[in-house]
Amino acid sequence: MEGLFTNLYAFEWTRDNPWLMGARVLLLILPILMLVPGFIWWERRLLSWMQDRIGPNRVATLTIKKDATWAPKFLRGSKWSFWGLLQPIADGVKLFFKEDITPIAVDKAIYFIAPAIALFPAFALGATMPFGPAHKAGSMYALLTPVADVPIGVLYMMAISSLGVYGIVLGGYASNNKYSLLGGLRSSAQLISYELAMGVALASIVLASGSLRMSDMVDVQQGPLWGISNLPIQNWFIFTPFGFLAAVIFLICMIAETNRAPFDLPEAENELIAGYHTEYSSMKFAVYFMGEYAAMFVFSGIFAAVFLGGYNLLPIRWDALAGTSSSGFFHAMDTLNVVLAPLWFVGKMMLGITFYIWLRATLPRLRYDQLMNLGWKSLLPLATFNFIGVAAWLYAKSILGPQGTWMSLAVMVGTLLVLLVGYGIITKRSNDKDFAHRTVDMVDPTPRRSVELVDTGAAS
Amino acid sequence: MFTCGVVGVIVRRNPIVIFMCIELMLNAVNLTFLSFARYQYVLPTGSPADVKNQIQQTAINGQIMVIFVMAVAAAEVAVGLGIIMAIFRLRDNVDLDELNLLKG
Amino acid sequence: MAFGAIAGVVALASLGVVAFNNAIRSALCLVLTFFLLAVLYFTLNAQFLGIIQIVVYTGAIMVLFLFVIMLLNLGGINAVMQKRDPKIIFGGVLGFALFSLVAAQVLLPLQGVTTVRAPDDFGKPEYLGSALFSNYVWPFELASILLLIGIVGSILLAKRRILSPAMDALNAEDAERGVGE
Repeated sequence: MEGLFTNLYAFEWTRDNPWLMGARVLLLILPILMLVPGFIWWERRLLSWMQDRIGPNRVATLTIKKDATWAPKFLRGSKWSFWGLLQPIADGVKLFFKEDITPIAVDKAIYFIAPAIALFPAFALGATMPFGPAHKAGSMYALLTPVADVPIGVLYMMAISSLGVYGIVLGGYASNNKYSLLGGLRSSAQLISYELAMGVALASIVLASGSLRMSDMVDVQQGPLWGISNLPIQNWFIFTPFGFLAAVIFLICMIAETNRAPFDLPEAENELIAGYHTEYSSMKFAVYFMGEYAAMFVFSGIFAAVFLGGYNLLPIRWDALAGTSSSGFFHAMDTLNVVLAPLWFVGKMMLGITFYIWLRATLPRLRYDQLMNLGWKSLLPLATFNFIGVAAWLYAKSILGPQGTWMSLAVMVGTLLVLLVGYGIITKRSNDKDFAHRTVDMVDPTPRRSVELVDTGAAS
Repeated sequence: MFTCGVVGVIVRRNPIVIFMCIELMLNAVNLTFLSFARYQYVLPTGSPADVKNQIQQTAINGQIMVIFVMAVAAAEVAVGLGIIMAIFRLRDNVDLDELNLLKG
Repeated sequence: MAFGAIAGVVALASLGVVAFNNAIRSALCLVLTFFLLAVLYFTLNAQFLGIIQIVVYTGAIMVLFLFVIMLLNLGGINAVMQKRDPKIIFGGVLGFALFSLVAAQVLLPLQGVTTVRAPDDFGKPEYLGSALFSNYVWPFELASILLLIGIVGSILLAKRRILSPAMDALNAEDAERGVGE
């Protein structure tokens, strides 16, 4: 019986049959497509709550009229509101019925293909996300992770996010509008600057986990925290010093990669008309935005997989605890962890999405030169120093052996501090002469007269 | 692919397109390296363990060569595009047939 | 069989690079060529190289090309066909001769050699990484110095200030206008 399940669910079985592979790919694409309207709804509601208003809640409301004869008496005149869940459908219908204007002098082939090129990386990235423990014998999740065991997982992610630049560049060019072109070029410059820092931040995590595979990343994160073997806490990379720094860098770069607030200079409505998608209407615009939202999903998924421990629910090592005590609770939690793994993973994706929306509601937009300064002068050196720090940690660990865990951690933190302080000192001297860092004087130049109370004698 | 690149370098006048044909040639060479590394048309001789080692070594050699060709091509593209931009800034015209300053 | 189909499209795309008058379409054909080449590398089991091909060529170099084409507006048709006539004929003849030479020397002896000799996972990043850092350390370091030279060179080429006394007028005018973007 067990042998049947092991053979049935090992993913090799589906590799040979192209129809089944197609079904597995569909099993990945369709949920992401279904989740995009949900994301749109959640964004509008959460954004409005943060802005002290109620979001759209009128669309999905069932009302039964007062004189309806088919309903029982106590239900007449009642309203059930489903919190506006159908709002994205209404948005989609509106976008679908809008007039599809194609400007005359555009380069037709590129104009039609650019939104599709923007959509493709978002879905292609989802292929390596580890939805569940696929490599354990007899686990069911081999079906759900289509290409997860590619030995180049993280690098695949970098490659496909580099392809995301093309959709924007071609969209801006094909609109035959020099402002769109400039918007597209600015946006793609932003994207390639931030994907460098993202790559180096991910590289330090790859060094720490020792492999490029996504499922290996999640496996390493299931070990004990910092290598201290008695601790029942999992080694999520966000809890390690280098991992926390890399997580912050990756988070910022992730938001810049998806052209999302506060980095949404190219696509904001009041900047440079609307940037690279000015000339796109209805369906092509919808495709662009679907691509952007799906990209946000998969990027949060990658963040969850690499930094937040993937499909594990809580950073507690249930199997270590289950070994020590004989109560069934820990065994039950361990099984729950494995069985409901995709649910926890999607939950972490939702956390990432909520963080995106939160940042959009909170932070103002970055100006273009501030954006480029942040990417090249702050994030890239930080990511490089993080990388050197991880390398120092690993080297110290290899020299000192397994008993030198604390010492090697101290070496890493020391290296990082030295590098950061050195970099800060070096750039402070050159920044003083740089006019881009001038601050505006916040003093009001017009002198105010002091207000004196003059008794006019009218109240006598 | 290689012949396309060569023909392109000769025929086209836009320097960017010439650059692209150079990249095409480099990639054709990469593909050749890789297919030779994989199929290994010349079989090494010796003891079986030795042969296995040499097969592995040739396979790795081919790929390392490809990596270095890519690195060199990347550096060359950066510098070359900088040169083209400098020329364009100077003369506002990048037709290659007109760039005959070195003509005697 | 898949290799043949993809290789055919690659050949067509590389013809497209040369044939299109519009530079942007040439560049897009080249992007397609590189992407399909990466897919070809995947079918040849060289996974690391395929991904690196996408990251380096398709993702960075071609974006750079597109930037330069769009910024300098080099996409238009700026050549008159009649002027190029002698070169096209000469180029065509040379291309045909080169192709027949290459085909005769390289392709004919290799007909029907389909046994894969390399081990199936020879493209793993672990093998390449260990080889890069053990046997090929010197070329690796030299390549990184080369890339550094390339970076410095391209920054220098793109600066507006030309540091020589003869260009003082240009520099003064630049300083008046403010440093460029």
